[in-house]
Amino acid sequence: MPAEAAGSAASAPLVGGEREPLLVDLGGAGRRAWSFPPLDVPGGPLQLPELATASPPLPEVGERDLVAHVTRLAHRNYAVDLGAYPLGSCTMKYNPKLCDWAAEHPGFRNLHPTTPAHLIQGALSVLVGAEEMLCALTGMARASFQPPAGAAGELTGLLIIRAHHAANNDPRREVLIPDSSHGTNPASVSMAGYQAVTIPSDGRGLVDLDALRRAMTPAVAGLMLTNPNTLGLFESDILEIAKIVHEGGGLLYYDGANLNAILGVVRPGDMGFDIVHSNLHKTFATPHGGGGPGAGPVATTAELARYLPGPMPAREANGELVWKMPEASIGRMHGNHGNFLVVLRAFTYMRALGAAGLRRVGERSVLNARYLASLVPEAFQATSTEPCMHEFVISAGRLKRTTGVRAVDVAKAMLDRGFHAPTIYFPLVVEEALMVEPTETESPQTLEAMAMVLSEIASQAQRDPASILAAPQRTPVRRLDEAAAARQLKLHW
Amino acid sequence: MDFTPHTEADVARMLTRLGLKSTAELFGHLPAGVPLPAEIAVPSPLSEPEVMQLVEGLASQNRSELICFAGGGIYDHFLPPVVRALTMRPEFVTAYTPYQPEVSQGTLQLLFEYQSMLCAATGMDAANASLYDGATAGVEAAGLAVAATGRSSIWLSRGVHPHTREALRTVLGARRVAIQEQPLVGGITAWSDATDSPPAALIFSQPNYLGVVEPYSTAVERAQQLGALTVSSIDPIALGVLTRPGEAGVDVVFGEGQALGNPMSFGGPVVGWFATTTQHVRRIPGRVVGATHDLEGRPGFVMTLRTREQDIRREKASSNICTNQTLNAIACLLQMAWLGPAGLAEVATQSAHKARYLAEALNRIPGVRPLVPAPFLREFALGLPLAAEAVVAAMAERGFLAGIPLGRDYPELGDGLLVAVTERRSRAELDRYAAALGEVVSAG
Repeated sequence: MPAEAAGSAASAPLVGGEREPLLVDLGGAGRRAWSFPPLDVPGGPLQLPELATASPPLPEVGERDLVAHVTRLAHRNYAVDLGAYPLGSCTMKYNPKLCDWAAEHPGFRNLHPTTPAHLIQGALSVLVGAEEMLCALTGMARASFQPPAGAAGELTGLLIIRAHHAANNDPRREVLIPDSSHGTNPASVSMAGYQAVTIPSDGRGLVDLDALRRAMTPAVAGLMLTNPNTLGLFESDILEIAKIVHEGGGLLYYDGANLNAILGVVRPGDMGFDIVHSNLHKTFATPHGGGGPGAGPVATTAELARYLPGPMPAREANGELVWKMPEASIGRMHGNHGNFLVVLRAFTYMRALGAAGLRRVGERSVLNARYLASLVPEAFQATSTEPCMHEFVISAGRLKRTTGVRAVDVAKAMLDRGFHAPTIYFPLVVEEALMVEPTETESPQTLEAMAMVLSEIASQAQRDPASILAAPQRTPVRRLDEAAAARQLKLHW
Repeated sequence: MDFTPHTEADVARMLTRLGLKSTAELFGHLPAGVPLPAEIAVPSPLSEPEVMQLVEGLASQNRSELICFAGGGIYDHFLPPVVRALTMRPEFVTAYTPYQPEVSQGTLQLLFEYQSMLCAATGMDAANASLYDGATAGVEAAGLAVAATGRSSIWLSRGVHPHTREALRTVLGARRVAIQEQPLVGGITAWSDATDSPPAALIFSQPNYLGVVEPYSTAVERAQQLGALTVSSIDPIALGVLTRPGEAGVDVVFGEGQALGNPMSFGGPVVGWFATTTQHVRRIPGRVVGATHDLEGRPGFVMTLRTREQDIRREKASSNICTNQTLNAIACLLQMAWLGPAGLAEVATQSAHKARYLAEALNRIPGVRPLVPAPFLREFALGLPLAAEAVVAAMAERGFLAGIPLGRDYPELGDGLLVAVTERRSRAELDRYAAALGEVVSAG
């Protein structure tokens, strides 16, 4: 039975019904939802080349059927608004409705991106305000909101690194990445025309300094680092790391995926980082949208700000805000101004919390993770003796050897018990990894309920492993055949 | 405000269990050399009503009420409340990437339906679950062509959105991919006759940035001669009346999908379309959803072709994209469902007729003329006797966002204005716009 805890954000498992038909199966010739006023200018057949002989074969559905279909599908989704979502590295915190309200304001929502600057002073003020706060929190000089997601921020940062070395007539070809890094890091390195070189972790799960020294050749353009790293550990040698990279002529890039842990406490700029991307959809509470949109603004030191993508807002002597391209800009990273409404949400969040509230975010994200880690049953091995920051990684390796129950099975059993699963099999350096990030918005009661669920899964794994291997059983569908999906591709109806 | 639920007693109890005396001790293991800032330069906290007042004040400094005749990829189409209401359901808004498909069937099925809708609308074989926007989708499309052909240049029509061209230059330069721009002649792309060092792709836009409908066959035939891919940006509204790019022989379709289901949003978040043929399916960037079944045989959906992706393939991935624009893709799907084939055709047809009506009215103003002679769909380039920026400013005083000045991006055309018309514009608005422009020009 699922653990019960009064006042916790452990929801009941989802109920889904048998199956939801495809939209195309709800259609019928001649059904329609749309209505428009009749054409009030002269009509007739269009006089254009490339006219189609038939309309595209889209389904024809009525509005009532459409609403029922989509609402039933909503019932087949778990979400932060339903309960705890400890998906490590993704910072699935509560998304304030206040920020959604701001983004739905017609004064922003209905704004065309090419409206002249003197008519959008409010939008430009939002960008300026968000930039100032982001720079204050990261210890950087300027920030551009062009990159629409974290990976786009990484690519932006790498192009800035490339521009910096090119300006010094010192083209370099490699970028160093720890073996515990997110997959986006090496993928971004390739997209930026560099070669990724992996640095191993040491016995503590931190960057191996000797390996870093050996790798830091004149070919190295920079190091990409997440701090705290993906094991949830603060890189305690960060100042030495910065020294090694800088003395070798490289730049230090901060992957902001884990910025939540240090928000308002310490700043990447004070650790020696030159370029920082932030994930507004993680640290600054903007909703994840089932996979996006996010935003991945990039901030730099004053020296590198000339390379930032633009245009960026700048203030004229008369106080008016205008668009300006940084003098040596790498160019555009987005067709317009990035994911502006996401930035507006983050701006609203930062103004609501203020400096004190933002620091409380960092403190309580670490408090919650440390507290939950202390409650995790011994069946799951800790992967480090170092104190964790905002997330921690445990291993189901021993559980697997004694019961056959693997990390994926534990994850599925959690779904049956009303929680989303942690991130599994990441970082790659940990066997049977479960990466748990509770975030600061869960109450201690919720954390206790989650720990009870983990205990109950561990003991049931000993008693009756088959029942865990058969999980989930209470979700809208049971385990899905991913191999069949890849073997017999069916990508549309 | 505070979105953490902890009471002081909670914090004390938790710290006690951890053997700590204060919250500061949580960070006691951080290295001494990293300073803890005494103060962060962020304003003081605000209450909820105060934040709302602040946002209201900022919103009032935006002229979002101007009647919109600007386009360039972002259009003021009708957005029915039902699409917004369904899109904004918290089960979709506050979930993330469907890593646990058993509790993500809502998002997964909608993305499968979005991919299906895209394939149906474009005539392509396979679509992904969204990219960031039209410009970044263009970068990914060029990347696919370079990887598929092993060639290191692209031919890029000047009719492609100037910002997409800028984004291509930003990213492809680092990978040493040469961009050879192809001029517009009479408003239509004039592809080079060169045959040495053939490109990976011919990239154009349908309709192009100046609103002109390009002949598919010229690009497709030229690409086939060169062994290059045909890559076309597409305006989703155009698919209501124009030949589907898949039927015309296009290999990769990308585009800005905002016009379907998404508010203008100051240009973001919007949604990048991406679709291709079966041949290139394993090079698609980003998330792709496929149909399968669960162990009891019930139908279900999962992310598939995962070995292309960054979290598995790392530096060899087809793209670095992780977070995409799922919610905007869902909005796009719902708008397409609401419109159906007839509604999409109605939007395209009404927009086209109204654009032609306005263009004819404007061309009667002395000194105003069409900049290109070619047939346009719902957006057109207008030659003006005054600086376009000044015209836009003067028209704003009369309640209109008049269009997008062309001078910066197309100096060869002289000064001009790109004017877009959607089905939302009434005849009365078109007449008032024409009268206002007449006043501005004659006062000029």
